[in-house]
Amino acid sequence: MTTVTYRQALHDTLRAEMLRDEDIFLIGEEIGVFEGSYKITAGLLAEFGPRRVRDTPIAEEGFTGMAIGAAMLGLRPVVEIMTINFSLLAIDQIINNAAKLRAVSGGQVRVPMVIRTPGGGGQQLSATHSQNLEVFYAHVPGLKVVAPSTPADAKGLLASAIRDDDPVLVLENLALYNTRGEVPDGEHVTEIGQAGVLREGSDITLIGYSRAAVIALGVARRLEADGISAEVIDLRSLRPLDRDTICASVRKTSRAVIIEDDWLSYGIGAEVAATVQEGAFDYLDAPVRRVAAAEVPLPYAKPLELAALPDAGALTRVIQETLRATGFGR
Amino acid sequence: MPEVLMPRLSDTMVEGVLSQWLKHEGDQVAKGDLLAVIETDKAAMEMEAYDEGVLSKILVQEGQSVPIGTPIAVIGGGAGAPVTAERGPAGPPSASAAAGQPGTVPSPAAVAPSAATPTQTGAAATPAAASAAQPGRTSPLARRVAREHGIDLAGLAGSGPGGRIVRADVEDAVRRLGVAGPAPGVTAPPPGVTAPTLPAQPTTASTDADEVQLSAVRRITAQRLTESAREAPHFYLTVEVNADDLLAFRAQANESGASDVRISVTDLLIRASAVALAAHPEANASWAGDRILRHRRVNIGIAVAVDDGLVVPVICDADNKTLTEIAREARELTGRARSRRLAPDDYAGGTFTISNLGMYGIQQFTAVINPPQAAILAVGAAIRKPVVRGDQVAIATTMALTLSIDHRVLDGATGAAFLGTLKTLIESPLRIVL
Repeated sequence: MTTVTYRQALHDTLRAEMLRDEDIFLIGEEIGVFEGSYKITAGLLAEFGPRRVRDTPIAEEGFTGMAIGAAMLGLRPVVEIMTINFSLLAIDQIINNAAKLRAVSGGQVRVPMVIRTPGGGGQQLSATHSQNLEVFYAHVPGLKVVAPSTPADAKGLLASAIRDDDPVLVLENLALYNTRGEVPDGEHVTEIGQAGVLREGSDITLIGYSRAAVIALGVARRLEADGISAEVIDLRSLRPLDRDTICASVRKTSRAVIIEDDWLSYGIGAEVAATVQEGAFDYLDAPVRRVAAAEVPLPYAKPLELAALPDAGALTRVIQETLRATGFGR
Repeated sequence: MPEVLMPRLSDTMVEGVLSQWLKHEGDQVAKGDLLAVIETDKAAMEMEAYDEGVLSKILVQEGQSVPIGTPIAVIGGGAGAPVTAERGPAGPPSASAAAGQPGTVPSPAAVAPSAATPTQTGAAATPAAASAAQPGRTSPLARRVAREHGIDLAGLAGSGPGGRIVRADVEDAVRRLGVAGPAPGVTAPPPGVTAPTLPAQPTTASTDADEVQLSAVRRITAQRLTESAREAPHFYLTVEVNADDLLAFRAQANESGASDVRISVTDLLIRASAVALAAHPEANASWAGDRILRHRRVNIGIAVAVDDGLVVPVICDADNKTLTEIAREARELTGRARSRRLAPDDYAGGTFTISNLGMYGIQQFTAVINPPQAAILAVGAAIRKPVVRGDQVAIATTMALTLSIDHRVLDGATGAAFLGTLKTLIESPLRIVL
């Protein structure tokens, strides 16, 4: 094990995979000479040269389409879209080509492509640059969407995504790049579609992904002092969704609270809540509750931005309400 | 259909007593109408309605105490008669009114499950209340546990929101009825469904004692003082001060007509303590768990006995107020405290507390610290007694001042220095006002 940042884990994994397989190449805005807006690709142009680290014009639809074509012909492109907000400019390529070519070609064509892109708010990047649009992609059959919350998962899930023969969107998070954690040395691959149980508990299940999973874990640790045993599930993969792990946990705890950075309506949390009621209905002692962002374009002003984003306080309050509603500790 | 929840009216409030309903079932309610009087740990306050409609059901009766966030009433959307609840004390929301009012803006307190649509606050989703609640809502888990134990749900009262029967209610019934376990052939409940261990029930009163229900004030007084006595390592410093000049000064001030309000000994002590605290900022502090907070403002609390407990209204920035201002404010606050009309601001932010039992003839006592403050001053009666002055025995009026100190924040020498300054001020009272 080595302790590194989430950023470093992504960088090291990209480099290791490029050394392992010559068909892998990187493409995106400012990833070469500038070494990436978030420095994930630092040093890679110098090491691998412009054939394998391609700077592009500001043209998301164009370079995403180029990557899809390259993938169809046997290369393994890793696209960096500077933030998930800019993926809107490439959404037709992603949804109508990357996600569908395998099915509509009757399996003649595969698209082994990765799109790496960070989402999330809290950086005072204002309404158009602080979104959580992963639900757009998680909605679409033919795509896989993974969302690592720790440096170890950043390594394991990015490696899995690159080795997958179908398109995978790897959701990174601006607020997590500088977080640190232990990462297994050497080969480390995390199965796509497998949620992680970050912490076992018996009284309530907290479910989140990406930054929200980190918040949930912190809250669970603090609740322990109050005699509350919270289980924390990190979805890790939004599509496919590991419904078994979610339901098994709620069948054990009988209470569930979901936290997500995204807006509430039609979010990942809504899918998880539906999963719980389908798979654990007879075990629920209270309604499944969701903690999410305020349904407004995220404000720029710091106090307003903080007020709009879900936090540990909001999660704690909803947990306590859920416990109280079920006579916990009575 | 919005449920009205027990509001959180102060930082320390855990539950509130519904002391009076100002609206009755069936009354039309507009936003901003006064709904009820809520008695908190510190004061009785009027509560406004955040929604409009008909007060279709009162869930908490006058005199009942419930935790914050508990539904206390239901405001229905349509006109109509009150709906009979199937079970008390917290019956299900009425089934007659139409589905929840779309677009209702939840109040900040409405983060709890309620009828409001969760579109506005966003911070947390609120499950929509069932638009047509069955008589006696039951959680799926409670239903399953009841089935396994052969318990008839019809006879159970629900303790969940809106009277929902939850697992704990069924398990209570299992224990009460002595049902042994799941009927043969029925699968055992999963691990999470084992009965929780219950705290020992308090024994019921024998014929030798009368039970007195705890008021909110009594309950909070008990909680906070227990917390203080258990967690703050107290030690005590007592100093005897000569009060002759202080009393003469007070008499002179009151006779001069310079102040429109009479100055009391407590007022002088508030001002003297504030001046001494300004000179010893390390004593104007509180314990914050992993650090000490030294307060920039000197806010003096005065312990006031009320019928069923103790409240501590606060005079803010007492070091920057004149004696007359302090006297006026102290009289106002004490009056409000005794009539239970203190607003949350009146007792918030204290950094030091004075408890004066001198008027009851108590010579000397030690007080329990008002957490998280670092110290409390206990003031005894001014008593004429012989004192040694040089080689002579003389008569003087003396007062015993005892400082209770949280040893996590302050040490003996610091406390002694503060008390020394206080003694000097009291014995040359002109310094108190200069």
